[in-house]
Amino acid sequence: MTTNEKKKIILITPSKIIAKGLDGILNNYSNFRLEAILSDISRENENVIKNSSVDIIIIDTGLWGYSSRRQLRSMIAEYSNAAVIGINTLSLDEESKKLYDDIFSVYDSPSVIINKLRSANTSDREISENNKNELSLREQDILVCIAKGMLNKEIADKYNLSIHTVITHRKNITRKTGIKTVAGLTVYALLNNLIDPNSIE
Amino acid sequence: MTKYLTNSIEYITSGELKMADLINIDYRLLSVLYRLGINMGFGDESVAEICNKHNINPSSFMLICNTYIYEGYIPSDDFMLSADPKDIITYLHNSHSYYILTELNTIENYINDLVTPCEATRKNIIVNFFSQYRTEVTNHFEYEESIVFPYIKTISSDDPVKEYRIGKFEESHSNIDEKLNDLRNILMKYLPSVCDSLLAIKVLSHLYKLEYDLKKHTSIENNILIPLVNKLENNDN
Repeated sequence: MTTNEKKKIILITPSKIIAKGLDGILNNYSNFRLEAILSDISRENENVIKNSSVDIIIIDTGLWGYSSRRQLRSMIAEYSNAAVIGINTLSLDEESKKLYDDIFSVYDSPSVIINKLRSANTSDREISENNKNELSLREQDILVCIAKGMLNKEIADKYNLSIHTVITHRKNITRKTGIKTVAGLTVYALLNNLIDPNSIE
Repeated sequence: MTKYLTNSIEYITSGELKMADLINIDYRLLSVLYRLGINMGFGDESVAEICNKHNINPSSFMLICNTYIYEGYIPSDDFMLSADPKDIITYLHNSHSYYILTELNTIENYINDLVTPCEATRKNIIVNFFSQYRTEVTNHFEYEESIVFPYIKTISSDDPVKEYRIGKFEESHSNIDEKLNDLRNILMKYLPSVCDSLLAIKVLSHLYKLEYDLKKHTSIENNILIPLVNKLENNDN
């Protein structure tokens, strides 16, 4: 993307104070445009994310709405290529921090926040993701299901996907890891801390 | 160079070939010699001379060698029928013993050493995966040893078994290379960084070698043993 183009942003937070404040900060800079402010992740708001081609999604870390932050993060990854930046309203453990491309705090100065948003360059991000063969968050979710012995149908139902999509994910997982058997994929999941060893019989 | 790219591979078809020259073609054939009980020190003798001394049909020997070193080798019917299934079974049986008693033990010991520095959970995960693989392979061989090979031995006897047919083996012949392949990728791509690199290379070299050998083992079963026994079964009727 060219530097002259405005970066489009969606903000997701239930806090009016944060929404107003960030809107105010962004208005002082010409290279950002706040496309939408969502107060939660409802079904309609999912569609907003899906149908907009934003560059950055800023999300309140105190909000997940789903059963976990990881699930919320993979839902976004499913719908959008945008960089995902956290606003730190709840203190996060190290593992959760990795879910976000970057994080700023509500106490950060406007210039710090703007710098973080500027460096969240979507095009760079895509290149680096294509180069490294790590699994996407959605693929990780599906890998965990495979390791737990779930069938394609069950995985499809759980994530509201078609069986065809689940099979495509499985093929990609095998292509990236070079591992074909369920037992082998389970070892991969365990070695990469994607599942708790005690959760496997 | 083009002449090598076309179909110009010269398969081993003459027993006149010196054994030493044969090994020079591909030294990996040394393990074939070992499993057929042929020792080093064979001097200038030919393939046929050595086979006769060891009571091995030279065609059987050459079929095994060709399959072992040439990818996708399929023999002519005449050549195949000049072989003796007994020799093929001897080779397969001795290969089984070699895998179970030598190679898998070596790999297991290396893996145990390799994962020693890992924390207990990770160590167990890798060690258990290998032992699962080992059990799977052992069961696979066990079926061949207890059902398939005894049956084939009766075909050329006076009292051939009629209840079993090689087609059954062909149908149920399962794939044992996937887990091995997975193990290799896991150790190569996702080995915890505390593990020793030299040991990892040793394990991986053994895994690659075993993978190649098992692949050839399967080719000998599928492309030599099964079609040969199929033909013998039909001749009996």
